[in-house]
Amino acid sequence: MSGGVHFHFTLQRPGFALDAEGCLPASGVSALFGVSGCGKTTVLRSIAGLEPAISGHLVVNGESWFDSTLGINIAAHRRGVGYVFQETALFPHLNVNDNLLYGWRRTPGKERRSQPAYIINMLGLEPLLQRDTGDLSGGERQRVAIGRALLNSPRLLLMDEPMAALDRSRKREILPYLERLHAEAEIPIIYVTHDLEELVSVADHLSLMEAGRLTQSGPIQEMMINTGLSIAMEENAGALISAVVQAHDEKFNLTQLEFPGGRLIISRIDKSIGAPVRLRIHAKDVSLAADHPGLTSILNVLPATVVALTPQGDSRVIVSLEVGGVTLLARITRKSESTLQLKPGRQLFAQIKSVALHT
Amino acid sequence: MTEADISALWVTLRLALTATGILLLLGTPLAWWLSRSQGRLKTLVEALVAIPLVLPPTVLGFYLLIALAPDGVIGGTWLALGGQQLAFSFSGLVIGSVLYSMPFVVQPIQNAFSQLDNRALEAAGTLRASPLNRFFSLALPLSKRGLVTAATLGFAHTVGEFGVVLMIGGNIPGETQVLSIAIYDHVESLQYAQAHLLSAGLLLFSFITLYLVYSLTRRSSKRRQPS
Repeated sequence: MSGGVHFHFTLQRPGFALDAEGCLPASGVSALFGVSGCGKTTVLRSIAGLEPAISGHLVVNGESWFDSTLGINIAAHRRGVGYVFQETALFPHLNVNDNLLYGWRRTPGKERRSQPAYIINMLGLEPLLQRDTGDLSGGERQRVAIGRALLNSPRLLLMDEPMAALDRSRKREILPYLERLHAEAEIPIIYVTHDLEELVSVADHLSLMEAGRLTQSGPIQEMMINTGLSIAMEENAGALISAVVQAHDEKFNLTQLEFPGGRLIISRIDKSIGAPVRLRIHAKDVSLAADHPGLTSILNVLPATVVALTPQGDSRVIVSLEVGGVTLLARITRKSESTLQLKPGRQLFAQIKSVALHT
Repeated sequence: MTEADISALWVTLRLALTATGILLLLGTPLAWWLSRSQGRLKTLVEALVAIPLVLPPTVLGFYLLIALAPDGVIGGTWLALGGQQLAFSFSGLVIGSVLYSMPFVVQPIQNAFSQLDNRALEAAGTLRASPLNRFFSLALPLSKRGLVTAATLGFAHTVGEFGVVLMIGGNIPGETQVLSIAIYDHVESLQYAQAHLLSAGLLLFSFITLYLVYSLTRRSSKRRQPS
């Protein structure tokens, strides 16, 4: 129980009450997900030591950072976290290089774990080093902010909606860096977001927040198929699965992936054989057939067993399916449910119209 | 210019420079505290600092005269500690000028500190900068224009003071006679040409100072980047 981030924060403000208790794993990306104003940023700021009014306790990797009953409160500048603000909070009087090195220069030599050259290369910052922060685009600013936090040699990286202020194309510009960070960072990352797309791209562990409380936590793949949770009811809900690249089909420009439930064929991706990929199969893209459809334009047809049925609204049903030990979700109409006579245990075929790829 | 005028100019410059230096040293931490705190004490201190803006200088000078006198609270203590007499001395003028020009220095600095981006200060905190380190590495450089404005206004205001000096400094050439008093003397003895020379000089000086301050603030608001 010593690893990871354990916390319980309480705060009373007019119109807002925080009572958040949680336990986040010691590695990987843990997402705090919830609507604006649910208190996720306050939790993140409390972990960094930026909320003076908070009560409760915080233990990081077995070390007590904060305990209001014992009077423990390690100052923000001694916590050694990396904090990426939504507003980037770059220092306007320093150029990009001096912004990047602000924390690095204040880190004792033996505690430095990352070298500027490595981080600058990883985030593609070489061309920006001598620039004024005022001349950067939103995406560039955010990359500098991430680099600055990483060069602080943090024991914990805290990211507060780093992409919320970016438009779609800027997000697409930043995401590969975040995915790389996810793959290469050896420190736990806590990532606050209200965007499901970002969540499934970067998170390993998910905590849902609602009205100042952490309501549910777990590995993201389990959480995404839990039809008892609100995220399974979202328009873009769907199972998140891990697969590996098995072969490329040069003739038709396709890639074949293997996952425990079988094979999936998708448009050609630029990954070598054996590379792991993260896929999302949206519930709205899965349709069901009682018999194997035979010749069909849909490439991916997998035998499946109905596990559970969860009504969604008046006209639709979320069907939980088991496909070779992997759970997928399908969203169909109640009329189809009735026509197919769906009930738990029923065997049928799942047709997957498309697959969203998240490396 | 007569020798007395040159000596008055010299006293004025020395006084303004000394007072400005002391004002920056005292006013900057005070402005920082004012910009970071809330509550009754802050309001009280703010009101005290601003008093010279509305009080007739002669009132301030009158009470200072009493306090700085050899049997006064400050003057007496100072003498007991082995200091020189404060009333009618250059040191007394410096004390009076510091109090009298305080709002002109504290307010621009406080404004600059209040406009600092809190997120940037918090970011510096997470980047291992202690509160003192944040003050020197962020707050001061980011408030450069406020500090320059404060120094300029403090200097110019001290150059232009009359009432306080008259009450506590008297009119000792080479020691407490400043330009504004020299002008008054010239007018009293109907030496209008000399009064003109000094007055026009001060007028020009004031105008140039204000022009520089305003062009500085204009440039700073133009340079402010959208985030």
